[in-house]
Amino acid sequence: MAAGPAVDMKAIEGVLGNHPRGATDALVHLLQDIQEAVNYLPEEAIRAAADHLEVPLGKVYAVATFYKAFSLKPRGKTIVKVCLGTTCHIRGAPVVVEDFQHGLGIGPGETTSDMKYTLEVVNCVGACALAPVVIAGEKYLADVKPGTILKRLSKGK
Amino acid sequence: MRFTTPTELADKSATLASTDRKIKKRVLVCSGTGCAALGAFEVFDALVEAADGAKLDLQIELAPCADHAEPLYATKTGCQGFCQVGPLVHIQPDDILYTKVTPKKAREIVEQTLQQGKVIDKLLYKNPETGERIAERSKIPFYQNQTTIALEGCGRVAAESLDAYLAAGGFAPLAKALTLTPEAIIGEVVESGLRGRGGGGFATGRKWRSCVAAEGDERFVICNGDEGDPGAFMDCCIMEGDPYRVLEGMIICALAVGAKRGFIYVRNEYPRAVSRLQAAIDACRAAGLLGDNILGSDLDFDIRISRGGGAFVCGESSALMRSIEGNVGEPRAKYVRSVAKGLYDKPTVLNNVETFACVPAIIRERGKWFRQLGTEGSAGTKAFCLVGKVVNTGLIEVPMGTPLRDVVFGVGGGIINDRPFKAVQTGGPSGGCLSEEHLDLPVDFDALTAAGSMMGSGGMIVMDDHTCMVDVARYFLKFLLEESCGKCVPCREGIFQLHAMLDAFAKGEGKTGDLAKLERLAEDVQVGALCGLGKSAPNPVLSTLRNFRDEYEAHIERKKCPAGVCQAITTFLIDAEKCTGCMLCIKACPTEAITGQKKKLHAINQELCTKCGACRLVCKDDAVVTT
Repeated sequence: MAAGPAVDMKAIEGVLGNHPRGATDALVHLLQDIQEAVNYLPEEAIRAAADHLEVPLGKVYAVATFYKAFSLKPRGKTIVKVCLGTTCHIRGAPVVVEDFQHGLGIGPGETTSDMKYTLEVVNCVGACALAPVVIAGEKYLADVKPGTILKRLSKGK
Repeated sequence: MRFTTPTELADKSATLASTDRKIKKRVLVCSGTGCAALGAFEVFDALVEAADGAKLDLQIELAPCADHAEPLYATKTGCQGFCQVGPLVHIQPDDILYTKVTPKKAREIVEQTLQQGKVIDKLLYKNPETGERIAERSKIPFYQNQTTIALEGCGRVAAESLDAYLAAGGFAPLAKALTLTPEAIIGEVVESGLRGRGGGGFATGRKWRSCVAAEGDERFVICNGDEGDPGAFMDCCIMEGDPYRVLEGMIICALAVGAKRGFIYVRNEYPRAVSRLQAAIDACRAAGLLGDNILGSDLDFDIRISRGGGAFVCGESSALMRSIEGNVGEPRAKYVRSVAKGLYDKPTVLNNVETFACVPAIIRERGKWFRQLGTEGSAGTKAFCLVGKVVNTGLIEVPMGTPLRDVVFGVGGGIINDRPFKAVQTGGPSGGCLSEEHLDLPVDFDALTAAGSMMGSGGMIVMDDHTCMVDVARYFLKFLLEESCGKCVPCREGIFQLHAMLDAFAKGEGKTGDLAKLERLAEDVQVGALCGLGKSAPNPVLSTLRNFRDEYEAHIERKKCPAGVCQAITTFLIDAEKCTGCMLCIKACPTEAITGQKKKLHAINQELCTKCGACRLVCKDDAVVTT
């Protein structure tokens, strides 16, 4: 695993404390909580989760890599989600993804080297009236026209 | 308060309803996903602040008041449906709908409408055909022809308030169900003809009955809120906008089948649905509507939320159950029915959000009432998300059997910019594309399946002549390629190869004879795959091949994309006869590939053009053409 920033073990242990030891069915939940706390799933967290829930490390790794919501790599400060639902697709979302590639040099799942943005693609966020839509952090950017996204990101609207 | 008898519940509901009736003006601010993204919460806060500034007593909770009082009341509701013109503010009892409301308009609404009873003309919906402003919501074409059952409360009541749900008659159906035998409850659901709204269309009552018949010491009720079909957000709206109705449907189901524990599996992308459902569960526990001895009866039932991890396959019932158990969400073969061996191998009823949302109304009005709506094989109504290249994007509910044309052109208002209609896609990635000749089909389970598509969960994506059907099929295959869990070979490798072929077509690398190969492989995947995801994966290919074969042939034989979407084989040009020299395309072009002066013919430099289509999007004269 690539060397990332220092792992906040305290935060991870805090999350572990919210789930009873050996509660195998809490695995997905626990990993979600950890990711919420530290923004991704560091190797240490995966080992700690296996230990705490008393499940094989391989199973935790399988679950962590099966579900798309989990990231094993550190993610940027702002997570930018480009919706690739059908409506967004036919209204031009693929061009928005290309704009990231051209402008910031990142593709889906990648993070800029300054750790500012991570690009993720998601399948429909249920805001089809705003298509194509991009969610930057918590902010929804509606009707994103070709070639405009990076400017709008820096302005935040 | 904690209700220990159905009578206590009825008394409280009656008190709340009488308070509710006294409300002189009711301001309902839509806080569905679309409106919220456009700033509905800011609008709400601005309204409360403006009322405060005007010394108006604007209540935001249903509080008891004196007999002669005429309170003003404002609340945030779930999705009101008409996302296209949000944020929406609906004012009752006058039925005024304000559209595209911004926080700046709050003062005007408070002063003019709440204080003086005047309608603000410029906030009303404008009919694009006649140009007239329409004041009453019920007279807007989008809302006419709709019948709401699953969405009965969505957009009408406070989404987060148990009191508001009770005031509107909520949980009375549960109280009624407690007086019935489990078999009588199931009998009503069977009689109603309700079929699963998640896409399968299996008879709900029959499912409940087989669960009761299955052997097991414990039973489970699961609500499937893993709404993964892109372009479908009905369940999201119901969970966010009327969470108590979903819980009530599940509690009635638990009563009928004898379950003590329930789960709601919510999709990862719906954080607001999770928080609203959790708040509703907590409120129900405190009120004695969940937990031990519900309303003082023998019924013990509790519900837990399970959050999805962003895997489409988890919408499949057996995969979903594995995911709740904390495992990788891989489906299993269908010969083991989950009603008999489901979650933790115990008998389990799994229904979709919308299915559960229909249950309270069915118990209240009886099964017969539900059955007389809709068509012979598909009773009741269905919620749809009408999206894509349609004028009125939004959430709708229409009786089963409504012709597609009435949905797309009536409720939907036709195609954006009056472009020609090309197709409507239903059923999500497992569904298909229907063409113009299918526009008079009645929308129900059987008619859509017979036409080579399917009902699915309710996404309805409208496409115009600028949508490439090869690209659409490729899009769905790419989606399924990424979502295939990889357990069985026909799905994992088959979809990969299907996608590779379509990718080649889009790049102009298709060869004569490829279509026959494509069809054969598609049929093999249909037969060989393990679960519904794989079996239905070829549908987008087969349905577009059936209805739009000429487009495939154009890609393969002529190396051209007639819709001008597939970039590798498309060239953008400006039609000298149509170009008026308005410079809109020059401004829109992100790579400065277009040159020209005002009122002079523009030109595209092909070396700089990235074929993004921005110019065609903005051109009002149809002067940007593709070859």
